[in-house]
Amino acid sequence: MNAAILPSHLIGADPAEKNFLLAVEGLTVSFDGFKAVNDVSFYVDPNEIRVIIGPNGAGKTTVLDLICGRTKASSGSIKYKGQELTKLSESAIVLAGVGRKFQTPSIYDDLTVFENLEISYPRGRSVLGALTFKRDAQVRDRIEEVASMIFLKDQLLERAEFLSHGQKQWLEIGMLLIQDPELLMLDEPVAGMSVGERIKTAELLNEIIKGRSVLVIEHDMKFVEDIAHRVTVLHQGKVLSEGSMERVKNDPKVIEVYLGH
Amino acid sequence: MTRSPASNVHDNPFMKPMEWISLALLAAVIFLVLPMLLDAFRLNLVGKYLTYSFVALGLVICWGFGGILSLGQGVFFGLGGYLMAMYLKLEASSIENTKIQSTPGIPDFMDWNQITALPWFWKPFTSLPFTILAVLVVPALFAFVIGTAMFRRRVGGTYFAIITQAIAAILTILIVGQQGYTGGINGITDLRTLHGWDIRTDSAHNILYFVNGGLLVACILFAQYVKRSKLGRILLAMRDKEDRVRFSGYQVASFKTFAFCLAAVFAAIGGAMFTLQVGFMSPSFVGIVPSIEMVIYAAVGGRLSLFGAVWGTLLVNWAKTTFSESFPELWLFGLGALFIAVVLAFPNGLAGIYRTYVEPRLTRRVKALEPAPAVALPHAAE
Repeated sequence: MNAAILPSHLIGADPAEKNFLLAVEGLTVSFDGFKAVNDVSFYVDPNEIRVIIGPNGAGKTTVLDLICGRTKASSGSIKYKGQELTKLSESAIVLAGVGRKFQTPSIYDDLTVFENLEISYPRGRSVLGALTFKRDAQVRDRIEEVASMIFLKDQLLERAEFLSHGQKQWLEIGMLLIQDPELLMLDEPVAGMSVGERIKTAELLNEIIKGRSVLVIEHDMKFVEDIAHRVTVLHQGKVLSEGSMERVKNDPKVIEVYLGH
Repeated sequence: MTRSPASNVHDNPFMKPMEWISLALLAAVIFLVLPMLLDAFRLNLVGKYLTYSFVALGLVICWGFGGILSLGQGVFFGLGGYLMAMYLKLEASSIENTKIQSTPGIPDFMDWNQITALPWFWKPFTSLPFTILAVLVVPALFAFVIGTAMFRRRVGGTYFAIITQAIAAILTILIVGQQGYTGGINGITDLRTLHGWDIRTDSAHNILYFVNGGLLVACILFAQYVKRSKLGRILLAMRDKEDRVRFSGYQVASFKTFAFCLAAVFAAIGGAMFTLQVGFMSPSFVGIVPSIEMVIYAAVGGRLSLFGAVWGTLLVNWAKTTFSESFPELWLFGLGALFIAVVLAFPNGLAGIYRTYVEPRLTRRVKALEPAPAVALPHAAE
């Protein structure tokens, strides 16, 4: 079943040997016997925007949790640039180059936008490093650069709690960007956003894709069509369908469980 | 020329003008006002209170900034105090002083408990440099072990508070039970000299009061250094969104352990200074009740304010002394009511009241006087 969704030239070869950025194979996690994710396999190419869709409870967020190490897999493997992630700690996975945005905006309300971005700046992550961290020109320039990408250049000195919901989502994306991850995972980045904000977010994602891959969970089909290179449909913890949006949209199984209603 | 906002953002100044004023005010009260107003007995009493404020200061870092509530800081206060007391007791137990004992040269309580030789772990405490080092290192190591064990396993919040409280109870029971090694329920008493210098005189009390004040200011400055560093902001971030910090590549457990160790070291310095000024150490400063009282000091003063912690400690202890002289039975109820009232009505304590009602007015006045300052980041811990 899983072999069928691989590009034909890969069948027979070990997919992990190919130049996938992320290779998820046979991934399973069970919570007290309930398999939230059941034998899921998919492969993400470099510079690809992959969207995971599926009805509520399909296991989408759990897949991201497994990749970033928040949840430990019961079995299966997650290879990122050939490196097994299931054995690594959360911070080691971040250092390997995987960034994760949470479903509800997860930012530091008590800190300013600048300070929020600064904490994510990849330097001074040890206790001693954090104690002696200096805001030099390099840090300021990078923060400024990212802030203008996420449309928050004029809000740098504002406390993050005063940002709008959409701005908070952007700030969290910015906090990931500043880490410069090669794989960026976004859980419902446009949930709760206005139409205008959605369009800007799609622009932003198309901008930041350069040099990295993005794995997105999203419900907004219009938005998915705008950004997705390929779509993976999850249903009851399993991969139901995979391919281009066009293909997935016309897949009778997908229409049946998800798009039809 | 227009400059972008970020190019104006430099490191936070070490202290903002208002913080310098707060420090100057505190220093003036400790070093000038109180010594001038109070007699030797009362000044020694204030010195004793100030030793508790080391604990409150540590709680501001650990609890206020880091969100780690420890209900067992008495453990570290007690460790510091006992280690210092061991040195002083050995000095007071010279063969000359203890010749009437069956084994001269060992502390009196050991002799009463039929111990005939100095236990191995007491032996190094004949050295003052070793003792000072031990006061700083032993509590830090102990906190490191507890912190690593708890935070690595993601034990936090209420569970951590309960475990620290259990440790305070265990240590008290251990000290009381091992009478021959620790002096038991009476503690270590009859301390006389520090490296030959009699610490029981008024002039010694006076000098120790100033040393204590100086150490307190040094600890405040170090706490300020931590607060304004990126580490200080990471502590706040962790308190707010621990997972976000973790998934930004930080080992959250290490940062929590650091905050807990720092609080432990502060508490131990306070404990050692307590022993020196009061002249004894006992398990009644180690257990659950004193540990919770110390949390109340920080809460009343304001758990986010380094200076508030000191004022809160002084205020609560002043109230304790005043009211417990008049209403000894009612005082503890009063203390409990004070804690509940503060948490419900003023969650940021005295410092919160000051910041909400007093500082805005002061700042307006100060701003009217001085030219516009360079843009600095408003510090988030306010």
